[in-house]
Amino acid sequence: MVDIVNTAATNNDVILDVRHLKTYFGTGDKAVRAVDDVSFQLKRGKTLCIVGESGSGKSVTARSILQIVDPPGKIMDGEILYYGKDAKGQDLARLDERGKEIRSIRGHEIAMIFQEPMTSLSPIHTIGDQIIEAILLHQDVNKEEAKNRAIEMLRKVEIPNPAVAIEKYTFEYSGGMRQRAMIAMALACNPKILIADEPTTALDVTTQAEILALIKNLQEQYGMAVLFITHDMGVVAEIADEIGVMKNGHLLEFGTAEEVFYTAKNDYTRELIDSVRKLETSARKARKNTTTDQKLMEVRGVSKIYPGRKGFLGGKTSAPFKALDNVSIDLYEGENLGIVGESGSGKTTLGNCIIRVLNPSGGEVLYRMGSGQIVDLAKAGTHDLREVHQEIRMVFQDPFASLNPRMTIAQIVGEPLLVSGKAKGQALRDRVTELLATVGLPAMALDRYPHAFSGGQRQRIGIARALACNPRLIIADEATSALDVTLRSQILDLLLDLQEKLNLSFILVSHDIGVIRYFCDRVAVMYKGQLVEVGEAEKICSAPDHAYTKALISAVPGTHPQDKRIMNRHRYNAEAPSKVA
Amino acid sequence: MSETNKTDATVNMANLRGGVEYASQWRLMWDRFRKHRLALVSMFIVLAFYSIALIAEFLAPFAPDEADAKKVFHPPQMIHLFDTTNGFKFAPYAEAYTLTRDPETLAPIYVLDKEHKVAVTMFAHGFKYNFLGLIPTDIHLFGPKTHGETFFVFGSDRNGRDMFSRIIYGARFTLSLGLIGVTLSVTIGIMLGGVSGYYGGKIDWVIQRLVEYILSLPTIPIWLALAAALPKNWPPHLQYMAVTVIISLIGWTHLARVIRGRFLSMRGEVFVIAAKLDGCSEARVIFRHMLPSLASHIIAAVTLAIPSMVLAETSLSFLGLGLQPPAISWGVLLKEAQNIRSISAAPWLFLPGAAVVMAVLSLNFMGDGLRDAADPYSH
Repeated sequence: MVDIVNTAATNNDVILDVRHLKTYFGTGDKAVRAVDDVSFQLKRGKTLCIVGESGSGKSVTARSILQIVDPPGKIMDGEILYYGKDAKGQDLARLDERGKEIRSIRGHEIAMIFQEPMTSLSPIHTIGDQIIEAILLHQDVNKEEAKNRAIEMLRKVEIPNPAVAIEKYTFEYSGGMRQRAMIAMALACNPKILIADEPTTALDVTTQAEILALIKNLQEQYGMAVLFITHDMGVVAEIADEIGVMKNGHLLEFGTAEEVFYTAKNDYTRELIDSVRKLETSARKARKNTTTDQKLMEVRGVSKIYPGRKGFLGGKTSAPFKALDNVSIDLYEGENLGIVGESGSGKTTLGNCIIRVLNPSGGEVLYRMGSGQIVDLAKAGTHDLREVHQEIRMVFQDPFASLNPRMTIAQIVGEPLLVSGKAKGQALRDRVTELLATVGLPAMALDRYPHAFSGGQRQRIGIARALACNPRLIIADEATSALDVTLRSQILDLLLDLQEKLNLSFILVSHDIGVIRYFCDRVAVMYKGQLVEVGEAEKICSAPDHAYTKALISAVPGTHPQDKRIMNRHRYNAEAPSKVA
Repeated sequence: MSETNKTDATVNMANLRGGVEYASQWRLMWDRFRKHRLALVSMFIVLAFYSIALIAEFLAPFAPDEADAKKVFHPPQMIHLFDTTNGFKFAPYAEAYTLTRDPETLAPIYVLDKEHKVAVTMFAHGFKYNFLGLIPTDIHLFGPKTHGETFFVFGSDRNGRDMFSRIIYGARFTLSLGLIGVTLSVTIGIMLGGVSGYYGGKIDWVIQRLVEYILSLPTIPIWLALAAALPKNWPPHLQYMAVTVIISLIGWTHLARVIRGRFLSMRGEVFVIAAKLDGCSEARVIFRHMLPSLASHIIAAVTLAIPSMVLAETSLSFLGLGLQPPAISWGVLLKEAQNIRSISAAPWLFLPGAAVVMAVLSLNFMGDGLRDAADPYSH
């Protein structure tokens, strides 16, 4: 535990002093101690990052400061001293949560931005209206003046053509633009503290880099303090002056960025940093190379085109959307192929077209079966597909949605064996027990339902299901992105172990460069439905050729505080790749 | 192996959610349902109603068509549990009345007959019947000690038939018609709604237009037309089946819509895609993977559909186009209360209406409770 309470109470630098904060959900013995005796200080003009995995209490800590904890959560004890208004400090924890005083602080003195800007912005008002309202609420200006300020704010958050953009609705903005608009709204009243709760988690890595750079710039202009909540150590390394590490409601470590990154006292902090640094290396290099020169699959000119929709009452027909545009790639037996790209790049569509969850609009997917027969998956009929689906399996992104909540683990994992008639009764149960053991789950999991398991355990169950019919190829679609960072490398290691044991090949679809670098031999980079670059994982992740890949790689946060990679990143203007023109 | 050391963070998250997570879906649903007091009470009322319908002969003290010209429009009688004339002892009785008529209006007037008491006893012998259709017996829950004597807990109708027994018998027709009608509707609804939602596209379009077409038809005139086509000389059980079919032919549309919506939203769920990739046939995907998740919603929808069936039967019979006497249903009974004389002279003839209101309300409350409980994970 870190106790800093008695140090600098009168220190002029401190703007927010949280002492022994306790926020519980419920009362009595059953209370969930979301925040349990947390103390830290936020200094003027500095950035404090609170980092932790899901359920660590980092968001509740941030919400406690503004007293916007969802019921039944309640601040039980502790002080939150705010030195923004007077030097004596004002205890925010004592204020009535519906009172006038806390409302004059919220938004005006301390502003907050959230993870998902779509749900934080009203869909039925224009962006301008919402910013203007924020200004009118807290400042004594007329509407005209407020509008001018709103346009000025949008210009500051680098939204192009702010005078026009101010009249637009939330849905007309992209994810990054929405987050910019949220920041504009938060900054409209010159707050002294900005609380950012995972503001970039829902965004692509290049957009994330832009938002982080924007927050950094604005912080310097306004001299405000930033309390940044995140689970991503990379982001922390980029922006933090000071770092607090939380786990299970406790603050395990608190110190300057250098201290935490290089001389961490707590084991958990080191584990957190190590698991990020681990993903900067390649696990495949360290293991024996299983790649052969036997081609397992040839993807030839695969396209997926969604036809344009007729407008209402026979109006204009919109242009057809090319989710995949003439993609060709080979996969060798025993190889790990990574497909990387941002959201909307078509990487998931490619995976789905290969396994025929989606029907490709054109092209061929030539797959060499275990029997040596070549099958074109793009045209295979139901009967052939059933055979193929025993050899090619899929691991899904969301471990919560991919398991049927109404079936037990034994039923879920055994389903492919039962349906294909390979095993039933006791033999089936034995095989499922064996499969669970392979992925590191005990036999007592058999008769439980999926909701009894955590995210990482569920992902193991998903992997066990994929292994059931002795597959040769596994397509893992963002299989680790829903997991906490310490679990990510565990699951990847598990997959690599299985590969050596079971002669598997993998196609790993991911937006996460770290995961790709760690797991894959070769990488295909996708952008707007096209393959822009294919090459060795090591090369793509360190010295790519294509301009888009360069931008993508340079936007990935580093893992050392002095890197500041995002500030010096390579920018790629969002035109279509040069290949098209 | 390294993978067996799950980090404390995940284990902790699992613990935070408490022991509930090991419960099956039905357990979770029941736990939530129990918290809904009104729904729970309603469920017991509904269960009571259906039990009454099941063992109607046992509960009814008199045969429903046992007429007595000397007891027409007899007002309801209290059953006194204790006889206080010779000390205080447990001897249930009903006071006896004799019929006189108003000399000018000929309206029946019942005068208390102090000399006589109708002794009431538990497990009295009455008319013969087969208990649950199997065991021949003549024992009733309660009845007059002496065979041939009468008492009317809910009064009597224009033919001097016991309303209490008739309402109990009416419950049998009306409530079972609700159940059977809903079963028919659900079968059609799951088939068409399921197909519509699962396949989507053109099939969906056709089925949805059909549903809209049926919904656009004015129900009462359609019922009237269909019911009018029923031959009047059909025996009651045939009439009953015909009325059930007529009502459910329209009732399935709402259910089909509910089920289609559920299928449509579930079709894209990842675990359904996973089931397809596991090699499941379409039937297996629908019945093994999708339906169990929908079962609770369907049960809730069904419970909410029964009241409308009950009301439909009542309205049809009330209009004289559903069941016909001598069949007894609540609608048939209400039809007899249709005239001004009943309202002024024998208001107890409306008691079947009270039964309808109670049954419909408790079914509705129970359905609401089930619907809220159906999604234990959503809150």
